[in-house]
Amino acid sequence: MSTLSERILGAPAGSFVDRAVDRAFVHDGTGVLTLEAWRRMERERLACPERLSMLFDHITPANNSTTAALQAELRTFAAERGLHFSDIGGGICHQLMSEGIVCPGEVVVGADSHSCTLGAFGAFATGVGATDMAAIWASGSTWFRVPETIAIHLEGRLRGAAEAKDIALDYVRRLGMDGGTYQALEFLGEGAGSLSMENRLTITNMAVETGAKTGLFYADAVTAYYLGEYGNRTLPQAVGEGRYARELTLDLDDLVPLIAAPHRVDNGAPVTEFEAVEIDQVFVGTCTNGRYEDLARFAGIVAGKKVAVRTIVVPASRSVLLKAAETGVLSTLIEAGCTVGPPGCGPCLGAHMGVLGEGEVGLSTANRNFRNRMGVGAEYYLCSPSTAAASALRGAIASPEGLA
Amino acid sequence: MTLQGNAVCLGADIDTDVIIAGRYLRTKDRRIWADHVFEDLDPALAARMKGAIIIAGPNFGCGSSREQAPVALKEAGVVGVIAPSFARIFFRNAINVGLPLMECAEVRCRDAAPVSFSPEGGWVEVGGVRHTATPLSDRMLDILRHGGLVEYWRRQQ
Repeated sequence: MSTLSERILGAPAGSFVDRAVDRAFVHDGTGVLTLEAWRRMERERLACPERLSMLFDHITPANNSTTAALQAELRTFAAERGLHFSDIGGGICHQLMSEGIVCPGEVVVGADSHSCTLGAFGAFATGVGATDMAAIWASGSTWFRVPETIAIHLEGRLRGAAEAKDIALDYVRRLGMDGGTYQALEFLGEGAGSLSMENRLTITNMAVETGAKTGLFYADAVTAYYLGEYGNRTLPQAVGEGRYARELTLDLDDLVPLIAAPHRVDNGAPVTEFEAVEIDQVFVGTCTNGRYEDLARFAGIVAGKKVAVRTIVVPASRSVLLKAAETGVLSTLIEAGCTVGPPGCGPCLGAHMGVLGEGEVGLSTANRNFRNRMGVGAEYYLCSPSTAAASALRGAIASPEGLA
Repeated sequence: MTLQGNAVCLGADIDTDVIIAGRYLRTKDRRIWADHVFEDLDPALAARMKGAIIIAGPNFGCGSSREQAPVALKEAGVVGVIAPSFARIFFRNAINVGLPLMECAEVRCRDAAPVSFSPEGGWVEVGGVRHTATPLSDRMLDILRHGGLVEYWRRQQ
């Protein structure tokens, strides 16, 4: 039997293949260079505009006139060429692609490193740069080296206050920031089956933080139910005995809430080792943890209380925001003193809407804590939404144990 | 092709945020990226990029998919990058924008030492000592010889 990547790409690990892509997307950042490269290629037409998406999320709404002009050019192009387009306020590209667009078995390519997120559906989903994407616009296909696969067996079930983000921080610290380079991660076992689709998306989102090309869950009844809500009918993917380059077992029963300390994503340790580290700001959102379940868990902990530090909550998409409004989660957040931003990436990439100052300390549910990324001279710790909530209430890093 | 330059030594896990910070991305002016390359790592580095061959630790170019990272290096005058391993998106992006690079596990860097390397021949020479490196695939070499994927595509019309 083969790994899921080998099955989808149709060749054994190590082979180079050219494959048509089922979905390809850019955002307002990478779209600019993609369009420029595509124009320089001097092609008359896009090979398959119906498979292309342009989803504005990185600096939305535009922060200055330069950004606005670049976005206007992309907006016009998308309209003229009939691309699937989402403007400001629609949400993060990976989240929008997860809302009923990507299906199991597809080849999905995004001009963003976190495109691996969509492997949660049992798709082969990976990130490319702008010029690769321009060639995909021109031809509808691209080349891949079929990756070797690391199997990550999730044993047991999450208990206590540990959640999907803690699984992600755990495998990243075990593999290290280059432990998965050129490879794919497959999440297997009883624990994998027990996770919701939103949880799976959180976990595959961070595959690239190990250098991996993608992270995959096998499509099952959970996948079918989730996509069924969007009117898509899907079949489960049989889990076979693939040939794995490496196998890792995570025992979910024993997992505790974790923190990734500055300035490395693999610098993970239990939250309890960081308790009392004072923080200036909490940020909840991103393609890792800006989904409805994340906001609802955060709100459940801060409900009826007041946050002790400035706290920014950015829903991953308009539908997440709408659901939060309908269920009361949104008003809970506002009453607790949180600042709610428009759907998108928020301050994650360090461009706007909550960047930290020199010497400030932030706690974030995002996926990267690289030096200076979210503010020059600042420090960023990464954690789950529940840990973010417990910490926001205290004004210092705090464990969510007993609060969730 | 054989490429020559002077060594600039960098550490492991150099991420693309450090190569070019997010706050400089919203422009098409490549000089801005070149002027601010490695600013958050060491503001003095940008001035040393002309004719440089970067010899770095493992996992060079990890993080964001931003193509401005290899473009910034190339625009600043970097001749090539040698590292034991690269983040895969950076690796593809570098080839696509015409920035030569090679994987070499054993190379030791000495700052400012003369360096040469051959992407076809599969070797790197630092200060007269030759090391084996992983040759690039035929397709990657072809793209590099065209100066990048855009030119490669234009010739394919």
